Amino acid sequence: MIAIIDYGLGNLLSVAKAFEEVGAGKPVMVTRAPEALEKASHIVLPGVGNYHIGMQNLRRMGFLESLNEQVIGNGKMFLGICLGMQMLSETGEESGQTEGLGWIPGRCRRLRAGDLKLPHIGWNDLEFQGDHPLFQNIAREREFYFVHSYCFDCPPEFRVAHCTYGERFAAAVQRSNVLGTQFHPEKSRETGLKLLRNFLRMPC
Amino acid sequence: MLRIRLVPVLLLRNGRMIKTIRFSSYRDVGDPLRTVRVYDAQGADELIFLDISATVEGRNHLLDIVSASARECFIPLTVGGGVRTVEDAQQLFKAGADRVSISTAAIENPDLIDEMAAYFGSANLVVCIDAKLGERGRYGVSTHSGTVLLKRDPADWAVEAARRGAGEILLHFVDRDGVMDSGYDLALLSKVSRAVSVPVMACGGVGTLQHLVDGVRQGGASAVAAASIFHFTDQSPIKAHSFMHDAGIPVCLIY
Repeated sequence: MIAIIDYGLGNLLSVAKAFEEVGAGKPVMVTRAPEALEKASHIVLPGVGNYHIGMQNLRRMGFLESLNEQVIGNGKMFLGICLGMQMLSETGEESGQTEGLGWIPGRCRRLRAGDLKLPHIGWNDLEFQGDHPLFQNIAREREFYFVHSYCFDCPPEFRVAHCTYGERFAAAVQRSNVLGTQFHPEKSRETGLKLLRNFLRMPC
Repeated sequence: MLRIRLVPVLLLRNGRMIKTIRFSSYRDVGDPLRTVRVYDAQGADELIFLDISATVEGRNHLLDIVSASARECFIPLTVGGGVRTVEDAQQLFKAGADRVSISTAAIENPDLIDEMAAYFGSANLVVCIDAKLGERGRYGVSTHSGTVLLKRDPADWAVEAARRGAGEILLHFVDRDGVMDSGYDLALLSKVSRAVSVPVMACGGVGTLQHLVDGVRQGGASAVAAASIFHFTDQSPIKAHSFMHDAGIPVCLIY
């Protein structure tokens, strides 16, 4: 089962629908219940919103323990999308300093876009490791949809894709079974669906 | 490189897609879902739904249309019309909206922008400014679907909205709505896009594909929106993308 965490801040319907499309019959469940993660093979943390409020909601709803248990303890495949990826960091700087999940070292800070417009909204291309399983069969010229003002500043060894907008920032990250994308695969047309399919095929 | 977005607009009223001219003279133009499918297949980069239903029933239709669209197409959906509270916005996000646009409620109660940005994040909050010409050819900001005109400079309001947390300004030229004649007001568009550090999306007046190019080149728009040209002429998002590409503007192309 693919569990999509509902912590009050996600475009849940779109994410659920995208996974139904690529899940090859795997049940997809949107859940507010931390114990539901026990039955999941894949856990998805979507995100449309503020870092501080996101962490606060996860904590208040009791998701921190079950996430740590299932993802770090039991090694279940995990995908964080946008804010869901940013919260993998140790700290977030949106609305003051907030402690994050801390699964990947680094902090979530404002994107240094220079003279460019911020937020970074729209379709942009990536530089990715050609052999990375998440990007299997995805052509280099394909664009992904971004909508964010903050980025996850993490050490290079955890970055599997970059995007450049004013600066070169992490567009996708991985640490063993934990993956994250700054862009929205569920909103990136057929290319995004392909990436989600790749995620589901990755061995634990 | 970040692509310039091409965004078809669907104006909705009581569950139907309509066309207006200068925000009045409503005309039914059909089933919104059928249109959504076409624009998606033609490579639209995002869709905007603007609802002008005045009734609760009409609002419920909007939620149904957004949900049905989110189930079918995997591109971003921006939804606005009648959003007055965080709860209204939450309902739209829940129904499948990716970004929410606020207009009248924002200028009546600017604190709403701060409140919504703090909750949903700036990036997902669009403030729509309905710019309308008033006395002596001066622009004001109109509210309540174009029926009220405030003596507020649109650029000045855009700066305040962005400062308070709007992640994008949707600049709508009311006088050019549905006219398909002279394109965007490039002077106002460029004034607003230079005044704010957030992206600006232009809407209202597009009659030719060159108008889209002008909106980007001369107006400084990050996204170009249009309704009638895609609905009433043989122009499509595919042709528009290819025209913009030929003019040297970075866009997404269908392969």
